[in-house]
Amino acid sequence: MLIASLRKELLLQWRTRSQFMAVFVFGAATLLLFSFGVGPNAEMLRTFSSGFLWLGLLMSSTLTLSESFHGEMENRALEGLLLLPSDPRALYYGKAIANWLQLTLLGCALVPVMVVLYDAGTTQLLKLLLIIALGAAGLSAPGTLYAAMTAQVRAKQTLLPLLLFPLIVPALLASVKATSLVILGDPMQQSRSWIALLGAFDLIYWSLCGLLYGRVVEE
Amino acid sequence: MAAIDVQRLARRYGRRWALAGVSFQVPEASVMMVNGHNGAGKSTLLRILGTAILPDGGSASVAGFDVVKQRQDVRKLTAILSHQNYLYESLTARENLQVVADHLGKSRGGIDALLAQVALDARANDLVSTFSAGMRKRLSFARVLLQEPRVVLLDEPYGALDPPGFDLIDAVIRDLKSRGTTILMATHQVERAARLCDAVITLEGGRIAA
Repeated sequence: MLIASLRKELLLQWRTRSQFMAVFVFGAATLLLFSFGVGPNAEMLRTFSSGFLWLGLLMSSTLTLSESFHGEMENRALEGLLLLPSDPRALYYGKAIANWLQLTLLGCALVPVMVVLYDAGTTQLLKLLLIIALGAAGLSAPGTLYAAMTAQVRAKQTLLPLLLFPLIVPALLASVKATSLVILGDPMQQSRSWIALLGAFDLIYWSLCGLLYGRVVEE
Repeated sequence: MAAIDVQRLARRYGRRWALAGVSFQVPEASVMMVNGHNGAGKSTLLRILGTAILPDGGSASVAGFDVVKQRQDVRKLTAILSHQNYLYESLTARENLQVVADHLGKSRGGIDALLAQVALDARANDLVSTFSAGMRKRLSFARVLLQEPRVVLLDEPYGALDPPGFDLIDAVIRDLKSRGTTILMATHQVERAARLCDAVITLEGGRIAA
């Protein structure tokens, strides 16, 4: 059933792929605005680049996560799947994995923007990809749960960040720190510890949110 | 054994009781019509029996399973045609049925035949967002049939349909009944549905009036 759920999610994302481009432009614009905030100080821009990248991705994620439930709520399609019956955990993990893939792709797409705007390049691309994938997992697991909670609320665009941001602070800090070490240099090999910490938070988020999803979507 | 057994069922929204102690039984392989004015509690009754919402009082069982304590068992044997059509707007008619088949672990083989049965075979690859209300209703009916349920709950099955659509739904209901399916149908098309039904109850203000 997980495969069926994931297949449906990917198909829905493919059908609404134009929104991905809009979210990417939003993320890139956010990075540009952050650079205006710092001013023409190349060293400071490079120092803060990892933080800006993750803040840009975080703000973009609230759009993609919220949008991922739009189709489910239009005709109460999610209720229809639950009544088939479908295992809520399979529905959750299908959507969370699809959101994770989308956020990872978005994060990778924002890296060249970061390099151009902040002159923050790195040769450790595989390590950066790993950090983006793990950080995106840290956003998508609780993000999918909270997006489900707020999907039927009128003020969902406001409520989702309010609920999500405090919860993902540990994962966000670990992501920023690990990315920063990859970009600015890591003479003490500290990035491994931050990546391990990020992985541990991901494990907690993915386990707990999967268990709680059924309670969130069922009356 | 009754396929549907409802005892003093109650449900409220805020302070208003949508259902206020409804009791009735539906024998297996029979068709019962529930009629009543708008807001009488018909949809609430069907949504409780379909396990979409929980009751605030009383009890109900479908196919021998309690709608509160054995929701998953009820869901395996029941299909509901709801006001909300449960369709994905950005998927085609065929893809919507494929999603259902995949989640049920069923083969996708019978989908084309089902689309033909509800006269949507020519529009199988069109997005649901391009469908009229009547076509959506037909596709929702195909979705119900794909589940091969023992108990079918139909909420306004004739709503938004044209006259050929009425005949099509009548034929499907007769076919389901002949195969031993129990049907509970809420509708305003009283005269039409009466030809198919074995029993009728009328809801008024959340209670059975007749």
